[in-house]
Amino acid sequence: MTKTITDVICPFCGTLCDDLIVTTDDEGKKIVDVENACAIGAEKFISASNHQHRKTRPRKLQEDGSFKEITYDEAVEYTAQMLVNAKKPSMYGWSSTSCEAQSVGHEIAELCGALVDNTAAVCHGTTLVAVQNVGIPSCTLGEVKNRADRIIFWGCNPAHAHPRHMSRYSIFPRGYFTGKGQKQRKIIVVDPRPTDTAGIADVHLQVEQGYDYELLQALRAAVRGQEISGDIVAGVPKEKVYEAAEMLKSGRFGVIFFGMGVTQSLGKDHNIDAAIMLTSDLNNYTKFSIIAMRGHYNVTGSGQVLGWQFGFPYSVDLSRGFARYNPGETGTIEVLKRKEIDAMFVLGSDPGAHFPMQCVKEISRLPSVAVDPHITPTTEICKVHVPVAFVGVEVGGNCYRMDNVPIEARKVVEPPEGMMTDTEFLKAVLKRVKELRAD
Amino acid sequence: MDIVKLTLTKVPGLFLEAENITPDHFAGKNAQQIGELHVHLGNQTAKISDYFSVEGKGGATAADTRIIVSGPTDKVKYIGMKMTAGEIEIQGNTDMYTAAWMAGGKIHVKGNVDSFCAIGMTGGEFIVDGNAKNYLGASYRGDWRGMQGGKIIVKGNAGSDTATFMNGGTIDIGGNVDVHLGTHAEGGKIIVRGDAKGRVGGQMVKGDIFVLGQVERMMPTYIYKGEEEAELDGKKQLFKVWIGDMGERHGKRKGEIIYGKIYIPSDGAEGIAAATHVEKKKKLTEKQLDKVKEVFKDQEPTVQQVRTYIFDSFDVDMKPMQVSRLIEGLKR
Repeated sequence: MTKTITDVICPFCGTLCDDLIVTTDDEGKKIVDVENACAIGAEKFISASNHQHRKTRPRKLQEDGSFKEITYDEAVEYTAQMLVNAKKPSMYGWSSTSCEAQSVGHEIAELCGALVDNTAAVCHGTTLVAVQNVGIPSCTLGEVKNRADRIIFWGCNPAHAHPRHMSRYSIFPRGYFTGKGQKQRKIIVVDPRPTDTAGIADVHLQVEQGYDYELLQALRAAVRGQEISGDIVAGVPKEKVYEAAEMLKSGRFGVIFFGMGVTQSLGKDHNIDAAIMLTSDLNNYTKFSIIAMRGHYNVTGSGQVLGWQFGFPYSVDLSRGFARYNPGETGTIEVLKRKEIDAMFVLGSDPGAHFPMQCVKEISRLPSVAVDPHITPTTEICKVHVPVAFVGVEVGGNCYRMDNVPIEARKVVEPPEGMMTDTEFLKAVLKRVKELRAD
Repeated sequence: MDIVKLTLTKVPGLFLEAENITPDHFAGKNAQQIGELHVHLGNQTAKISDYFSVEGKGGATAADTRIIVSGPTDKVKYIGMKMTAGEIEIQGNTDMYTAAWMAGGKIHVKGNVDSFCAIGMTGGEFIVDGNAKNYLGASYRGDWRGMQGGKIIVKGNAGSDTATFMNGGTIDIGGNVDVHLGTHAEGGKIIVRGDAKGRVGGQMVKGDIFVLGQVERMMPTYIYKGEEEAELDGKKQLFKVWIGDMGERHGKRKGEIIYGKIYIPSDGAEGIAAATHVEKKKKLTEKQLDKVKEVFKDQEPTVQQVRTYIFDSFDVDMKPMQVSRLIEGLKR
């Protein structure tokens, strides 16, 4: 007999779907089937329960480049010694783990005078900078589903990156005040490329690569009924800009979703700054909100926990015993590039695959620990790799959706025997760090 | 005026945070007492005398104290932070936050400075003979008060995000600036004697920006308002004036809406079209190529490093693709 577990949370993207149905074998050890999930989410569950390709014990990099299996105790000792002896360690990642684990990690960081940074550094960090500058008028995805009739996707492609976003919240669902679903909504996509999301849009503004800021400011001027100079604004004809502005103003409830296309292209936080101001301007005519399309399933949670504990959402520097924050100085990429740190701890992220090569080289030079269930480019260059159980599959925990709604992830199967979870490993490190500091 | 001479004798392994190097902290102290003041390296606390040799003594007040910092200070942050009076002279380069939140006195850096220099400055004078990087005279993250007073003079180039949230004071840049000049500005005066890359005065509410070179691409929300006479360097000159930012809120004075203004000289430029779209030189001469080769000898530089070096030293803005081809060529 198989067992069926309903209302499972998908620990893949920031949409955090909460309607998955997972079927396991009768011992509750192997996942047989996943329903309702997108292809990526389903694969995450299926591959987690396939133990053959997974490492189940920590490994240490040897001088000849091979890995030697070590015990969890040895891994805890190495990690604690590394963090305590470093003058300026960095603790990066935190986006693919639960809020409980993050909280323990931050306690270690505070004791060791470390830098704490999450994957927002290469993702929506610029959004957080802009939010600090001008605030954010936001709402939950439930409101989008039930009320929104004007949707803008700016520099994001949910058709591929957040596969169920459009069907659950933004384009197709029939909500309380949006009974006609897609027919009732007007979709605007702003993207330099004709993406699959752009294919289902009513208006596709094909902006010139790297000129989003100009287009956003022009839209703001158009919304105010002001003049715009030039016939073509950032690759878009002037008339089309005025037309789009009218379309936005005529809606009952609008929302802007934006992604990496604006947060990490030229201008970075200024693009988001302008987008937020556009939202705020549109509120003079109708109701408008703006939501960031967060990537990892719990990157929002990392920002929340850091914000609650230290007052800043990412790139927090605790080296002097109090929290300081300045992306550009305390961000992980910058400190690696400028060689400002002397130890690296990575949990729940893969900088080896996403950071510039210069930074990756620096990680491989430093004493380093990677905590990750998978084998990734990061685990291959770090001195110690600690495999842990999958959060959201093999252990529960609190996660935050992209609209800052906390959702409790559920455990569906048992982890391989003798494996630690992130929280257990971090608690062991914290205990050892406290002992070392006491001496 | 009493002089304190600090010479960096030991280059720090990581970066040194030296916010105690200000006339305010040195005033009324002798060489030994100054040497006892703290510097920070990561989570460690050290003394100034661990890294610097100290000669001379501080004056009775901050205004009577002059500090001369020499040696390879490339990795020293926060020099002159929150100083209110006196003078600091730095013979070499310094790192981030030099003159941050400065309120008075004078800082003269003979080399280059890094990012976040003179952020939140309220008074005094900050002179850089070399180049400055990003966020010069800007605000701290989330603060709506950038530079509010005083004067910044940079003889070389400045980076991006210069004068974000500026609402007072003067910034004078001898060379070029990168994107985002005077974003969110609500006052103050910026003079760029070279070229500006683009996004000049984005979201600007009020304030004056003079670009004596050319603006590579003007914001679409700036409207050309004709020629106007304005005073610059004590001389009256004719400028082409653009007003904006049209997408931003603006206040009124005597019933008239006050906009931000961008001034571009009338005589120098060959018409508006030419002023807004400029093809820059994008190739290096043989001599410059040799120099690049020499600088990056025995190294594996990244594209960005080489590109920044070329932009800083020869003022040629190459595309990353061109630079990577150049590096390939040099390797051979």
